[in-house]
Amino acid sequence: MNDVAVTPVDPSAFGRFAQNLSLETVAAWLLGVIWISPLAYAAWSAFHPQAYAAHFSLFAPLTLDNFARAWSAAPFARYFLNTTILVTSILMGQFVLSTFAAYAFARFTFPGRDVIFSLILIQLLISPDLMLVANYNTMHALGLVDTIAAMALPYIASAFGIFLLRQTFKQVPIELEEAARIEGCGTLGVLWRVYIPLARQTYLAYGLVSVSFHWNNFLWPLIITNSVETRPVTVGLSVFATPDQGVDWSVITAGALMTSAPLLLAFLLFQRQFVQSFMRAGIR
Amino acid sequence: MQSRQSTFLALAMALPAMILLVAFTHFPIIATVVDSFLSTPKPRRPSHYVGLDNYNTMIADPIFWKALTNNLIYAAATIPVSVALALAMALVVNSKIKGRGLLRMAFFTPTVLPMIAVANIWLFFFTPTYGAIDQILSIVGMHATNWLGSTQTALLCVIIVAVWKEAGFFMIFYLAALQTIPPDLIEAARIEGADRWQILRRVTLPLLGPTTLFVAVNAVINAFRTVDHIFVLTGGGPDNATNVLMYEIYLVGFGFFDQGYAAALTVVLLAGLALVAVGQFVLFDKRVHYR
Amino acid sequence: MRISRASFASALTLMAILTGTQFAAADTEVRFYYPIAVGGPLTKIIDGYAAEFEASHPGIKVKPIYTGDYIQTTAKALTAVRGGDSPECAIMLAADLYTLTDADAVIPLDDLATTPEDKKWLAGFYPAFMENARVGGKTYAAPFQRSTPVLYWNKEAFKEAGLDPDKAPANWDEMREDAKKLTKRDASGNVTRWGIQIPTDGNAAWLYTGLTTADDVKLINSDGNKTAFNDPRAVESLKYLHDLSYVDASQAKGLTSWGTTPKDFTEGKVAMIWHTTGSLGVIRKNATFGFGLGYLPAKAHFGAPTGGGNFYIFKGLSAEKQKAAFEFIKFMTSADRAADWSIQTGYVATQPASWETPVMKAYVKDVPQAAVARDQLQFAVPEVTAHESARVTKALNDAIAAVMTDSKSAQPALDEAQRQAEIALKDYR
Repeated sequence: MNDVAVTPVDPSAFGRFAQNLSLETVAAWLLGVIWISPLAYAAWSAFHPQAYAAHFSLFAPLTLDNFARAWSAAPFARYFLNTTILVTSILMGQFVLSTFAAYAFARFTFPGRDVIFSLILIQLLISPDLMLVANYNTMHALGLVDTIAAMALPYIASAFGIFLLRQTFKQVPIELEEAARIEGCGTLGVLWRVYIPLARQTYLAYGLVSVSFHWNNFLWPLIITNSVETRPVTVGLSVFATPDQGVDWSVITAGALMTSAPLLLAFLLFQRQFVQSFMRAGIR
Repeated sequence: MQSRQSTFLALAMALPAMILLVAFTHFPIIATVVDSFLSTPKPRRPSHYVGLDNYNTMIADPIFWKALTNNLIYAAATIPVSVALALAMALVVNSKIKGRGLLRMAFFTPTVLPMIAVANIWLFFFTPTYGAIDQILSIVGMHATNWLGSTQTALLCVIIVAVWKEAGFFMIFYLAALQTIPPDLIEAARIEGADRWQILRRVTLPLLGPTTLFVAVNAVINAFRTVDHIFVLTGGGPDNATNVLMYEIYLVGFGFFDQGYAAALTVVLLAGLALVAVGQFVLFDKRVHYR
Repeated sequence: MRISRASFASALTLMAILTGTQFAAADTEVRFYYPIAVGGPLTKIIDGYAAEFEASHPGIKVKPIYTGDYIQTTAKALTAVRGGDSPECAIMLAADLYTLTDADAVIPLDDLATTPEDKKWLAGFYPAFMENARVGGKTYAAPFQRSTPVLYWNKEAFKEAGLDPDKAPANWDEMREDAKKLTKRDASGNVTRWGIQIPTDGNAAWLYTGLTTADDVKLINSDGNKTAFNDPRAVESLKYLHDLSYVDASQAKGLTSWGTTPKDFTEGKVAMIWHTTGSLGVIRKNATFGFGLGYLPAKAHFGAPTGGGNFYIFKGLSAEKQKAAFEFIKFMTSADRAADWSIQTGYVATQPASWETPVMKAYVKDVPQAAVARDQLQFAVPEVTAHESARVTKALNDAIAAVMTDSKSAQPALDEAQRQAEIALKDYR
């Protein structure tokens, strides 16, 4: 193609090839269509009457009835509130704890530092929700069963967060910290004025990963919650979609879309920032 | 900054995170190992030391072996396929293909959706006769297939959903890495007459080494930890055809309330993951350079 | 004097206002776990009953908590008991009786049923439903949403296949023959309508008990500690189920889904199904053809399991809470309410008195199918009710799944289930 010839330095060599080879383009698009089709189906089924759930017809009437039925069949408003509280408190906790710990490991040397740091990294491999029974027993001993705190606590100290922020903090020139200290900043001031602003992209990327992980988390919340007052949307949806007298696909897909909607919307609106913050944060 | 005071300050800053980590990661690991040597507490009989009883039960339990085998198959299928697809997707989205924004969205969207929600959607895809897959296949004259209700295909279905869900997530990491490769490097290779496959193999892939390691380790962890879709799609059935370790642990721990046996199963899972960590260290640490 | 009395009165009023919230909170709260079924508008009905109860019982607040399917509900309840935070009462599987008493989680209702009226209430239910409500001479549960599987058949499909649309197959052989005739294939050999569907993915053991009971074998003793999974008749029953798929090809191969079976039926994809009477409402709503409802076919005799959920009251509550929970379950299981619940959902009204109410009589006149399930009760046995019921039932379900996916034959599959059940039950003899 022409534009290839006139572009002296192409930032992406593969771009040319993909453009030149229609076979690859077709394959890429086919993959894209396959990847989006479950969602496309869900949207189809959720916005059409139940009778059309399995009969594809262009002229099927549109309806919001399935959403209304799903919404009224279970206390979704409460579930959303619970999930929002859960996700926010985990994120806040992770930011605060990870920042302090990351700073300590990035800028201080103290006896046993590396040993302690490797002990922290164990959590990258073995996450708390693998030890279901043991952590359940701990929560029971603390009297926290069926609370939002119990859902959040095991995740608030995050090895991933500490690791990421430590990497980022290490790249901050030490001179900036020294300058801030000369201006009279204490440790908190240095963190607030120097490190945190410079690590904004890392916070954003980590925050997005954290929010989408905990919005979607299921197994631990399933075990530790018993009531509507604590149940997050994922558990609420699984309770809701349990068929005893037959499945109503339209209502279930409506419920599924509903629980996904906030994240989906946020992602569609901010997808460029989402990807870029990953790159800038150096998560690669 | 090596004074006693700064040591104290550093420890004080690390302490809150460390307390929670110890409470919910390190302590439960130890507690699980201890529990695996104890009997399950009953209302009329508190837990007591039983030696290797739980492990003997496990070795004699065909369902444990089935779950372990399934888990290994599941891992062996999901890890390479999702990593390879992620790389392909990243290359596509990083190219100048028309509509790459849309493609990026299509690939990445499954990642942000709750597994519980999308599994319910896939459930319909796999429904025999009027499910989406059978409807499409019937156009080309294929007979209805009982995808989830057959021991031959159920595990495959569970694998497909897992790959679909996580490939887009790994794509982001590859995409981020691809965009840091200096264009001159590729250009230089091209001037020297390398074709695109050579560039991919000799230049791009080696530079993506650390990313691949990171992604692969995450894929391994996911392969042993993600069971949300199994709850929705099969409940571990038919006849344990889709039962994996984590699901069996849930079943034994919170369906049968057999704490001792669940602990023994968890120990196997933890040991497996520890092995992965050691393997990663021994195999890869020298070859791929972390920055 | 006067002034002080007035100020005393106003102080009292003030106190009453200030502590008003506390008085409200002093209402006895009855939380009850309820396994929701999304097919019908059940939550609304339950909420309605709860509101009615609160109106007629001031001082008691009822809080229904919807907890997923039966398995999840029992798991949740036992987890909550272990956590010391059990609800006051719950509807859980009748078959979980031993699981609940072994965990020391529930109390006998006889202790609370002290007045002659209470005793009359407790004695009023169908005996078939009470068989797995008693342990050691004590009654631990009150029947609520009880069901039994029935055979639904599509009358139009029967006509089309040259069968009498008003006559259900009466025995195993007839059902087999009918199913073959009802299976319809298109020119390329694709099945467009299956003859029969006995769903096997979740509730398999329950429907399978419909076969074994008719074949005159009891899968478990009444103490819940000795199974007969590999009895020759049990093997014969499973072979029959298997052959419908793999010999006659009149049932889809592999596991068929409990959840989609009513839809398969109303979509005309299958001509006969076995399903709970609880699906009658959904099927009536969605079927565009005439359908019949009949007994499960006989082998040695008719036979069917009972299933569904009972009310239980948890242990360790204050006397006041126990009393409130007891009042609530009496209210929920009264003859009138059982009639209403049956009409609205399709579950079997749990006591003869319900069927004598005017509303129920009118309903049966309108929907004669509703009485089939009741009449089938005389042949019914409890579903597999074992100690360690989750484990024992899973062993049986796994065996059925193995056979129905053609990966094992009936004898070795049931031998394995029996072996696993023996291990699970050895401590309970």
